[in-house]
Amino acid sequence: MMIQLKIDGKNINARAGTPLMDVALENGVYIPALCYVKGQPCLGTCRVCSVKVGGVVAAACTVPVVHGMEVEVNEPEVTDMRKALVESLFAEGTHNCPSCEKSGRCDLQAVGYEVGMMVSRFEYRFTPRQRDYASEKILLERDRCIFCQRCVDFVRDEETGQKIFSISGRGANSRIEINAELANKMTSEQVTRAVNLCPVGTIVEKGVGFNEPIGKRKFEIKSVRERALAGDHK
Amino acid sequence: MGRKLIIDPVTRIEGHGKVTIQLDDDNNVIDAKLLVVEFRGFEKFIQGHPYWEAPMLLQRICGICFVSHHLCGAKALDDMVGVGYSTHNLITPTAEKMRRLGHYAQQLQSHATAYFYCIVPEMMLGMDAAPEKRNVLGLVAADPELIKRVVMLRKWGQELIQAVLGKKMHGISSIPGGVNNNLTAEVRDRFIKGDATIPSIDQMLEYSMEGLQLFYDFHEKNRAMVDSFGDAPALDMCLVDDNGDVDYYHGKMRIVDNDKKVVRELDYHDYLDHFSEATEEWSYMKFPFLKELGREKGSVRVGPLARVNVTKSYSTPLAQAALEKFHAYNKGKCSNKALHTNWARAIEILHSAELIKVLLRDPDLQKDQLLVTPTEAMWTGEGVGVVEAPRGTLLHHYRANKEGNITFANLVVATTQNNQVMNRTVRSVAEAYLGGQAEITEGMMNAIEVGIRAFDPCLSCATHALGEMPLEVTLLDAKGNQIDERRK
Ligand code: SF4
Ligand code: FES
Ligand SMILES: [Fe+2]
Repeated sequence: MMIQLKIDGKNINARAGTPLMDVALENGVYIPALCYVKGQPCLGTCRVCSVKVGGVVAAACTVPVVHGMEVEVNEPEVTDMRKALVESLFAEGTHNCPSCEKSGRCDLQAVGYEVGMMVSRFEYRFTPRQRDYASEKILLERDRCIFCQRCVDFVRDEETGQKIFSISGRGANSRIEINAELANKMTSEQVTRAVNLCPVGTIVEKGVGFNEPIGKRKFEIKSVRERALAGDHK
Repeated sequence: MGRKLIIDPVTRIEGHGKVTIQLDDDNNVIDAKLLVVEFRGFEKFIQGHPYWEAPMLLQRICGICFVSHHLCGAKALDDMVGVGYSTHNLITPTAEKMRRLGHYAQQLQSHATAYFYCIVPEMMLGMDAAPEKRNVLGLVAADPELIKRVVMLRKWGQELIQAVLGKKMHGISSIPGGVNNNLTAEVRDRFIKGDATIPSIDQMLEYSMEGLQLFYDFHEKNRAMVDSFGDAPALDMCLVDDNGDVDYYHGKMRIVDNDKKVVRELDYHDYLDHFSEATEEWSYMKFPFLKELGREKGSVRVGPLARVNVTKSYSTPLAQAALEKFHAYNKGKCSNKALHTNWARAIEILHSAELIKVLLRDPDLQKDQLLVTPTEAMWTGEGVGVVEAPRGTLLHHYRANKEGNITFANLVVATTQNNQVMNRTVRSVAEAYLGGQAEITEGMMNAIEVGIRAFDPCLSCATHALGEMPLEVTLLDAKGNQIDERRK
């Protein structure tokens, strides 16, 4: 059923129940996102897609559109809120873009540029988390994880459907884990997919760093905004 | 009662160094030392990082010769994954030539910076010119046209570095087994023909020739001084190819004596079998020397002067002519003269420009075979890389475990190789300029710095620290009482 809604004052027709994120993007309104993968069940973990729906803050990827909805995306308060959320992610982990192999192809870095972040308003924590070298093909750079859970939900053992990645601990002690035995069974295509799925440089293919030249990396060819608006949300 | 002179820090060098000179009651030099007073351990920091990050991270030791560190690291990683020179599985011609292109671009850029910004001021304006004039700004006033060309030479090198490595500083080109990019015909043509922002390569050759001419003019007018200043005998070392000619990217380490007799020639993987390192409690910088000969006789000089001394010939015509002139002037023997280093550096600027010109016309640069991918069985877990960095022979040595985690790293940089020779130079200049003088002038103190700067030492690299410092000169008596102090 087609319904009408308003995004930033503009009248929009959409199919009822479509995620607000998709509707906005299809209509040329960019909303930053770090955990959402188009066509996959919504994770709703990062909240970077926060907008106002009827004056109330909600994560755009979690909201199905209904008739008469009034959405504010480029409204000052919620715009700053999105920026603050991105800043908090930078402050929470350890993100050394200049020497990171994910630089230029990192969603977090790209979204940081999109929200106009220059420096984090929060104190950097430089959380020491250990690297995990245990699996044969994958290195986990734990201090870069933003706990989006994409890998947890969308990367599974092809035979059994078991999860390969998981999160242990709670709150500030959360840690991304890898089941080395299952990870060693991953095909190289699966490894590449997992590496690309991770919005930061946590899931790294061993031995393959810096293989794309500066200037020709993913988000240098086409920005995260252009990609999202073209329907290429991962 | 004797006196102690301190130059702290030495200016127009990279990093933080300090000179102390001890005079006796008759003002004779009884001791002269170059001390390196900063320390930062990159070798420790890199442990635990994945091995493929090493060339990316360790190049950050230096803001000047980062391409050398990057390549040296890449060569060590080639070894580690089982490709490259120590195997029968060489990297592709395109990969090697791209690496060389970035390397020569950096040599051009780094030498041009050292030569024109740090060395030419004294050449043109005099060692005892007023300090506020005796710098690159003084040159702008003295010869604005020259400065425009100098700035362009440096910029051209930087632009080429960017074309190869993606960034003007701390970019990425080399990865284990090759490179991540080639050079498009369009970019190549920009450097061959020039465009609105940069001149052509032929123009660069012309500027390089002018730079060399600058030395000739200076030499002509100051022959006695140039040929006697800072005499520091030592063995000379550099990488050479099978003909005994310098190869900045790869070769055997050749060490020659003053008569150019080959004292030792070694595969650089065996470096540690042949060299020891002495330490002194007054400096963070070590003193490497050939074990068998001991520290006094076995210390080597590296860098432009050493290379020009060691190499038999060059493959490019203009540099070859300049080299012949140098060799003839020194009567076929090695030169030990500190200021001849600047001559050698000017020759190498020309040589780099010519090598770049040759490479730019090589169609291999446009080919697509960039990477050799080794199998797991080829993994050795250990690698050594050596290149001729602008300042001399540079060595990186890493080990990693099977999981890919660096367990050990050791870097031996050119400035460290030159430590003993630089100390000899300081002593020689101190004796000549300060010995027996009742009053010490600023110009005399500067002479010491000129001797050090001839080596273009990178103390950042040597101690793996970074810094840029103003000059502070302190004059102390034997009891450590401050007599005089100057700052800039
Ligand atoms: S490892 Fe990557 S994909 Fe997995 S939760 Fe962390 S950030 Fe998300
Ligand atoms: S993209 Fe919506 S919560 Fe992460
Ligand atoms: Fe350096």
